[in-house]
Amino acid sequence: MQHGKYRFIVGFLALPLGLYALFVVWPFIQSIYYSFTDWTGLSPEFKMVGLDNYRRMLDDEIFWKSLQHSLIFALVLPLVTISLALFFSFMINVGGRKRRGGPVVTGVRGSSFYKIVYFFPQVLSIAIVALLFAFAYNPDSGAINSILRGIGLGSVQPLWLGDPSLALWAVMAVLVWSTVGFFVVLFSAGMASIPADLYEAALLDGAGRASTFFRITLPLLWDTVQSGWVYMGILALGAESFAVVQIMTTGPGGPDYSTTVMVLYVYQKAFRDGQAAYATTIGVALLVVTLAFAALVMRLGRRERLEY
Amino acid sequence: MKTTETPAPVPADSGTPVAKTDTRGGPARKEKKKEGGVLNVFSHGMLILWAFMVVMPLLWAVMTSFKDDSAIFNSPWALPDKLHFDNWSRAWTDANMSDYFLNTILVVAGSLIGTLVLGSMAAYVLARFDFPGNRFIYFLFIGGMSFPIMLALVPLFYVVNNMGLLNTIHGLILVYIAYSLPFTVFFLTAFFRTLPTSVAEAAFVDGASHSRTFFQIMLPMAKPGLISVGIFNFLGQWNQYMLPTVLNTDPDKRVLTQGLVQLAASQGYKGDWSGLFAGLVMAMIPVLVAYIIFQRQVVAGLTAGALK
Repeated sequence: MQHGKYRFIVGFLALPLGLYALFVVWPFIQSIYYSFTDWTGLSPEFKMVGLDNYRRMLDDEIFWKSLQHSLIFALVLPLVTISLALFFSFMINVGGRKRRGGPVVTGVRGSSFYKIVYFFPQVLSIAIVALLFAFAYNPDSGAINSILRGIGLGSVQPLWLGDPSLALWAVMAVLVWSTVGFFVVLFSAGMASIPADLYEAALLDGAGRASTFFRITLPLLWDTVQSGWVYMGILALGAESFAVVQIMTTGPGGPDYSTTVMVLYVYQKAFRDGQAAYATTIGVALLVVTLAFAALVMRLGRRERLEY
Repeated sequence: MKTTETPAPVPADSGTPVAKTDTRGGPARKEKKKEGGVLNVFSHGMLILWAFMVVMPLLWAVMTSFKDDSAIFNSPWALPDKLHFDNWSRAWTDANMSDYFLNTILVVAGSLIGTLVLGSMAAYVLARFDFPGNRFIYFLFIGGMSFPIMLALVPLFYVVNNMGLLNTIHGLILVYIAYSLPFTVFFLTAFFRTLPTSVAEAAFVDGASHSRTFFQIMLPMAKPGLISVGIFNFLGQWNQYMLPTVLNTDPDKRVLTQGLVQLAASQGYKGDWSGLFAGLVMAMIPVLVAYIIFQRQVVAGLTAGALK
């Protein structure tokens, strides 16, 4: 087995590792370095400016707004999405009634249909979803306001994306719509691996649905919920929120920066305003927020691992 | 679905799963059943409501794509007066959807093949060979799954620009491959570890070289894993929005998501909403069809990462 082993290893690793280092690792390291310079991105010249960019960031009102919005995204989105998904997947996998001759633990009728349908939005590009909802939110001819008119609420015609106090929530609702299905499927896979005799025992003891959920399903699913939480938070801070905010809100960034999130601000500073160094500084702040978020969730969620 | 609302006296059909072994008194049983009924109606209601909320926007988009512009504005929820197929043909030819499709197919085909070949090569070496630095390279790869891409995007733009790869299809392909490697390597490393070593060893003893063993024996054995991770990457690359937005600004090279967003922005002048909706629906169809056909593998691919 030894003959030519190292030549083989190097031959097989060189290309993938090279591409990865060139397009992912190297830019990543560079961006931290650039955050200490005054590089515009337009010309190759720049000089070191120490912590100037970081000082400027702390005085930047729009940065604080974007940070605030990103934090709302990272906290509210996982909470809403995961709660909904836990409820749905519990109903789909455990909430059913025993049918004669069937398994003890079963989902409600039509559960496989629900699982397939709920997942639909997940396979669509977030860009397409964002476009679709931008039309649905249109105050005059959009689907949502026309439903409101249809059910006699003609006086309630919000501007949705045009209203600074509503725009952020309207955008977040779209992300909830598009991600719940993924978590339903994820949690369903987790629930399928919980042994049925645990449920059987609980049912014999007379446990209802609620206590079955809180005493058995949730504790045994905790690891999955936690990693789902981190995953959703990273999405909410990163690419997904960029697409929805950039596409859906006017400006972009919403009326009076009411929907600007950190990723969008990085993009605007780098590619619209020609302030590449400052953009990477906000990017570093985004990295810190992401890591802090993940660490916090892991820490708060830590509990004794249950073996089964 | 409403069978449990009225307390049925037949034990076999009753809502309480423990009916046969329940030795407690009648009143307690009745009470629980009633509580279950209310919960049942609520739960089923929620499940149906969410299915409705997922399907309605999609149906609305399909419906709208067959209407003429005045109908879109005046009665968003009415059925089309007749099927305006001209929207579809206009979107396909005049609005350049055919070009966007072609570009997307080229980029995704190239990236998908590249990702699978390079990803499985790296994963195979990392899973099967012991060499100094193995763990380090493995963690370097999977570390890429959790950091915000936006941070690397600013320097990445200049790396790609300096190599003369900006606004080229092959440049986009290389970057897609690099950013798809973390999950692909992670998934396939775990997969190769589960494959039996004896077959590969036998082949090697018979005089096959390392690379021959890999391509003729290990790769065919890894087919199920390659399909799962391949579909995952297909969806991700087909739906990619952020990378092309930054790295691909030539109007002729636009991919679907970009093209649609640009189209929506320019519709403000042209006012061809019906054509845009036709384009949106067109872009949704391939992924929805792919999902329905490969539903099992999609779910396996998407959940494997988060469950570990």
